[in-house]
Amino acid sequence: MKSARVAYAGAIHGATPHPTGLRLADGRVLGDDAVVWLPPFEVGTVIALGLNYADHVKELSKELTVTAQDEPLVFFKGPGALVGHRGHTRRPAGVAVMHYECELAVVIGRTAKGVRRANAMAHVAGYTVCNDYAVRDYLENWYRPNLRVKNRDGGTALGPWFVPAEDVPDPHALALRTLVNGRITQQGNTANMVNDIPALIEYLSSFMTLQAGDVILTGTPDGVVNVNEGDVVVTEIDGIGSLLNHIVGDAAFGR
Amino acid sequence: MLDMPLSPLPSPACAPCRLSGVVYAALLNHPAEISALGEAVHQAPYKAPPRAPVLGVKPRNTLVGVGARIAVPAAPGQVQIGATLGIVIGRTACRLSLTDALQHVAGWLVAADLSLAPATPGRQTHYRPAVRARARDGFCPLGQHVRPAAAITNPDDLVVQVWADGALQHQGSTAGRVRGVAQLLVDVTEFMTLSPGDVLLLGGEHGMPVASIGQTVQIDIAGVDRLVFTLVAEPAEPAVKPETA
Repeated sequence: MKSARVAYAGAIHGATPHPTGLRLADGRVLGDDAVVWLPPFEVGTVIALGLNYADHVKELSKELTVTAQDEPLVFFKGPGALVGHRGHTRRPAGVAVMHYECELAVVIGRTAKGVRRANAMAHVAGYTVCNDYAVRDYLENWYRPNLRVKNRDGGTALGPWFVPAEDVPDPHALALRTLVNGRITQQGNTANMVNDIPALIEYLSSFMTLQAGDVILTGTPDGVVNVNEGDVVVTEIDGIGSLLNHIVGDAAFGR
Repeated sequence: MLDMPLSPLPSPACAPCRLSGVVYAALLNHPAEISALGEAVHQAPYKAPPRAPVLGVKPRNTLVGVGARIAVPAAPGQVQIGATLGIVIGRTACRLSLTDALQHVAGWLVAADLSLAPATPGRQTHYRPAVRARARDGFCPLGQHVRPAAAITNPDDLVVQVWADGALQHQGSTAGRVRGVAQLLVDVTEFMTLSPGDVLLLGGEHGMPVASIGQTVQIDIAGVDRLVFTLVAEPAEPAVKPETA
């Protein structure tokens, strides 16, 4: 059963899908826009992949300083980057390119250290959708992608639903896409990951203990384009969910 | 849903009374680290010196307390000891200014931002986040005591000493950083909010010492605290069973 975490009427609740929106654990049935959606589980370490779809690597190849890749490109995020479904993400005034990234988020459910790929999927609790924004103007070639690009407040949306692994027969055969103001701008399939989920769990758990609640953002295919203040961005993955985000400007933040 | 942490975090005796488990580390925050790279700073892959603060994340699996035995793989068997002052946030810190930055600090601790020594000495690269070298279990030991902010007159002028098995390996200072404590807080919180209990590591100096498996490391920051930990050999990997199919 899919589950969400939402704020409503002064408290945080667990919720499940309902034909008219969602149903809180206490029985209240509410519309999709009547609640504040939070990331759908208690998030631990946020582990993100860069360049994990072959077509996206090609898309960025002109600006990549080094293309040879001998191991996965991994970076981390802090909790301040996270927002839920229907959240707001700030686009700084004056930047040239800020783009979304639709990604399958893999949620760890069981401690993993030194796990072989053959056993890796047993450590996956489930999945959600991620939209991991980047402001390319701030890219620097020091520990790239640097935090000013990838760990901005509110720059990483997660949700709306946590989908348990048993409800996803093959996480490597999911179509994903992004719509900006209703128009499809990005399409791909999780079949095209360079390093698939078992490979990522084997690699990561070879040097770090993964814990329940840690989440692996598995990268994005090509088709990333600039978004602007006022845009409505929907990142969706078949069978997982459709995650909506609003791009807002500096004025809302008194900047 | 959450498992037990690998090791309990230190419990500061001053507000906010507990650490959040969120630790960011400033990297290359000592001018000599950049100047030591020479012309390479302007060449590929870097192409230009850093502008914004260079930062890393020390995820929760890296956090351990005083006296930790930290596992290091036999190859290379050595760890760079990034002895650093840790800034413990006391109040939500967003878009700080130089005049109010220090008012958001609860206190100071001693930390070590550990990194596996490069396989070839001197061949460390700074292009990619290097998580396999820096995010290993236990690679961010934290001191037990958080020295209250007001107890330190000038956090940008504290003597730092690193000892290995009782021998002094490094004597330095928290002074002379690219960004001192206040400026670092200003530039970091321009784009990412720090919350009470978060820790921001100021970063060490150029030429931090390397320690080997079997050594006990002690870091003293004058007026703050002493941190002690031991590097031990990582258990050998179990034999890999060939995968079917």
